[in-house]
Amino acid sequence: MHATPVVNDFSIHVATANGSGSQTANSVLMRSIFQMGVPVSGKNLFPSNIAGLPTWFTIRASRKGYIGRKKEIDLLIAMNPETAREDVMALDAGAAVVYDEPLALAGLRDDLVFYAVPFDKLVTGVCPEPKLRKLVRNMIYTGVAAHLLGIEIDEVRKALVKQFGERKKKTAEMNWQAVLAGQSYASENLPKADPLKVERMDANQGRLIIDGNTAAALGCVFAGATVLTWYPITPSSSLAEAMIDFLGRLRQDPETGKATYAVVQAEDELAAAGMVLGAGWAGARAMTCTSGPGISLMSEFLGLGYFAEIPGVFIDVQRVGPSTGLPTRTMQGDTLTNAIVSHGDTRHPLYFPSNPEECFSMATEAFNLAEKFQTPVFVNLDLDLGMNNWMSDPFEYPELPVDRGKVLSTEDLERLGGFSRYLDVDGDGVPYRTLPGTPHDKAGYFTRGTGHDEHARYSEKAEDWIANMDRLSRKFESIRGAIPAPEVRFNPSARVGVVCCGTSRYAMEEACDQLREELGLETSSLRLKAYPFTDSLNEFIKAHDRVYVIDQNRDAQLLALMKLDMDPSLLLNLRSVRYYGGLPLDARTVSGEIARQEGIQ
Amino acid sequence: MSTPTAPAKKTNRLGFDILPYRGGKTTLCAGCGHNAVTERLVEACWDLGVEPWRVAKISGIGCSSKTPAYFLGQSHGFNSVHGRAPAVATGALLANHELRCVLVSGDGDTASIGLGQYMHTLRRNPAMLYLIENNGVYGLTKGQFSATSDLGAKSKGGAVNAFTPIDCCLAAIEYGATFVARSFSGDKKQLSALLRAALSHDGLAVVDVISPCVAFNDHEGSTKSYSYMKDHEEPLHDIDFIPFFNDIEVEFEEGVTREVSLHDGSRILLHKLEHDYDPSSRLNAVTRLHQASDGDEVLTGLLYLDRSRPSFTRTLNMVDRPLATLPESVTRPRREALERINEEYR
Ligand SMILES: Cc1ncc(C[n+]2csc(CCOP(=O)(O)OP(=O)(O)O)c2C)c(N)n1
Ligand code: SF4
Ligand SMILES: [Mg+2]
Repeated sequence: MHATPVVNDFSIHVATANGSGSQTANSVLMRSIFQMGVPVSGKNLFPSNIAGLPTWFTIRASRKGYIGRKKEIDLLIAMNPETAREDVMALDAGAAVVYDEPLALAGLRDDLVFYAVPFDKLVTGVCPEPKLRKLVRNMIYTGVAAHLLGIEIDEVRKALVKQFGERKKKTAEMNWQAVLAGQSYASENLPKADPLKVERMDANQGRLIIDGNTAAALGCVFAGATVLTWYPITPSSSLAEAMIDFLGRLRQDPETGKATYAVVQAEDELAAAGMVLGAGWAGARAMTCTSGPGISLMSEFLGLGYFAEIPGVFIDVQRVGPSTGLPTRTMQGDTLTNAIVSHGDTRHPLYFPSNPEECFSMATEAFNLAEKFQTPVFVNLDLDLGMNNWMSDPFEYPELPVDRGKVLSTEDLERLGGFSRYLDVDGDGVPYRTLPGTPHDKAGYFTRGTGHDEHARYSEKAEDWIANMDRLSRKFESIRGAIPAPEVRFNPSARVGVVCCGTSRYAMEEACDQLREELGLETSSLRLKAYPFTDSLNEFIKAHDRVYVIDQNRDAQLLALMKLDMDPSLLLNLRSVRYYGGLPLDARTVSGEIARQEGIQ
Repeated sequence: MSTPTAPAKKTNRLGFDILPYRGGKTTLCAGCGHNAVTERLVEACWDLGVEPWRVAKISGIGCSSKTPAYFLGQSHGFNSVHGRAPAVATGALLANHELRCVLVSGDGDTASIGLGQYMHTLRRNPAMLYLIENNGVYGLTKGQFSATSDLGAKSKGGAVNAFTPIDCCLAAIEYGATFVARSFSGDKKQLSALLRAALSHDGLAVVDVISPCVAFNDHEGSTKSYSYMKDHEEPLHDIDFIPFFNDIEVEFEEGVTREVSLHDGSRILLHKLEHDYDPSSRLNAVTRLHQASDGDEVLTGLLYLDRSRPSFTRTLNMVDRPLATLPESVTRPRREALERINEEYR
């Protein structure tokens, strides 16, 4: 049975138990496809557990460059006895299954292609030491898959060496033997019966593979961040840990070996946020990273930061909430929260990175924005972006210099004869500040979360309060002009528009193609890169009859945030597409829902 | 023996009169203990010749936390959120470890809502004066019991506190503060000496001052009233403080006076009262505090001093120059470093 080959367009789904060491095997498989020059993405769908519970890893290869999650599975690698039956029953007809022989899955269905592999037998041959077998057993399926898919074995070898690095040569060799065992078993015993195939392309020249958290951490280091405070929480811990690693390598004084930074693992997120504000107030480039539950705790401080006008960068790697929710699953859960978090009238700027390049560049930009506008700034990642490996263009060295904003020095004060902390001298809503420790008798001022006038004096007068809040609004308007504009794909023949932010872009872009190719529906698309929104969003909405706003949450938070900013006459044009199951958003969900609402299914 | 308290001269060693050390006019109740503490703090900073621009005054929320507006008017002040001043102060010190940080808090601010931050700040030992103006109630929200209210203490309305108190000094000694003292806002001489010593300490200096709230906790049945303190204060010693820049020779009698020196060369003289007291013994301090509270006494004086543990910012092994002032050439790694990392992930 040889149907037309399906080249560079399929998804592999590896089912294992958490903690069984499958991560390496999956990474090597993904990297081999990457090295074949084929666009690829990998997603770890893991439980909140250290060992034992089922976990899945999906790899998608796509010659067209679609790297969002693919809903349909084309090749299942069934290693987990607990989920094997369920996994097989869920497949679409025609899919292929590589499975551990004793699971005896072949009898379950007759519309699939089955490949049985005796993993235990093969691993015994590779690894005489019983204790080590568990560690290399999974690498066998990498060899089997490489053979079945036609991945060049040299590329697997290269990927493996990359994965283990120079130091772990012995382990790498043992794993290599496992790959070869899988490959030769497959070539001798498994006649190819599925159409899936990897063929060499040249789409990945110069590209990297990196996760969003590492990229954001690197961005912070190159932004010149000096203070990091944090409290461990999935999925943001790996950002702090990556940053600590980079700081240790890149930010020691060459002569003394002393640190040009400080890292504090705080007692909770309240303290982490308080330290960021204290440090920002005293002139550090301070940041923290957290996830939803941490944001909830930081809420009071975030309002203080807004109102007392203190810079700080808050990276939120969003996960599924409310409450502890699904702590290892992805969601755009804090889009609305972060924009307005804290009591009273508060507004915070947000960045929406969608790939590692933007994690890097937006993290870098966020520090300049925070100091220029003296306010807390959010960078909203999500678990999918933060914790999964993505292809990425190499990071570009930040073009803009470090901008410390309107900070007055002793000399400035000497020249000016003093200053008023909250006076809008330049008409942009952004006042001047001084740092504690500035040697001048006019440098000091009093910072408070209570009402104050332009001279930072306590005031409960209605006029003072209103004047100050209006200035803060002016400042927010100035921010609008200082953040990245959306990415627009304008299609003049489209009457339907689609809007999203962050990682929803992958599903959106693919869904727009599906709608055109399968249903003849032309669409334009707009990807927001930051909040507050710019005029181009209004223009985009005006230019279309209907605009679908994609949200990875139940309550249509991005749509709600747009409504807060928008001319009410435009609201009638807005529609919502939502997904909130905790898996990375896939294109079918988006195109299906738009088609349904358009009545063209 | 000469006592260097409030000398008659008009300017301090920097040539400043008292004015830069004063702040705005207090808006607290007349007679509030906090006002007296503020006055002692003004005198102490003036007397030590603290540079006003180098000071960061940080507080939480409460009547006590308002007081940074009433001293050192030229310094930067930060009236933050309820119970969280320790984090803000710690952050400020990370940015600039050369700041002299004065944290003012209340018993509610520190022992109720802020207890978690307090405990962890004790563990870290950042170099600052941590002043607790302890009146046993929430003054600003009109007299509810705080976590330092004694078991059996009566509120103004007659309610009896049914819960055991948190002793901020016991916690401080137990969890890592390196200078721990208790005083009374009405004890001018002792408080003055302790504040000057605390401001000269390179580490976390906790000074818990019983500071009566005349509006809500100065009645019969209160254990934080002026009259209760008059009857129950039990000073450990008579204290004198000699700053490092004052190199007077003092003669003292062995067995009667202990001299303790601080990091900057300042000296504390502890004159024995009923019993000799060695503030370097943690165990002794804890025992004496328990004995005192069992006997309905309020032990005051320098309870504990540890000069060996490094302050928080020292443990971080940071460059000498404050992080806040580092230029881009130091904080942004070079282009080649990024290229190398790009290569690693290729
Ligand atoms: C989060 C929060 N909860 C409650 C309050 C209300 N509040 C203001 S001051 C205060 C108590 C202050 O007591 P204490 O720290 O002992 O200061 P005092 O007024 O007695 O000097 C409370 C509960 C607040 N400001 N913030
Ligand atoms: S209410 Fe109590 S604590 Fe507050 S100012 Fe008045 S006396 Fe002082
Ligand atoms: Mg109180």
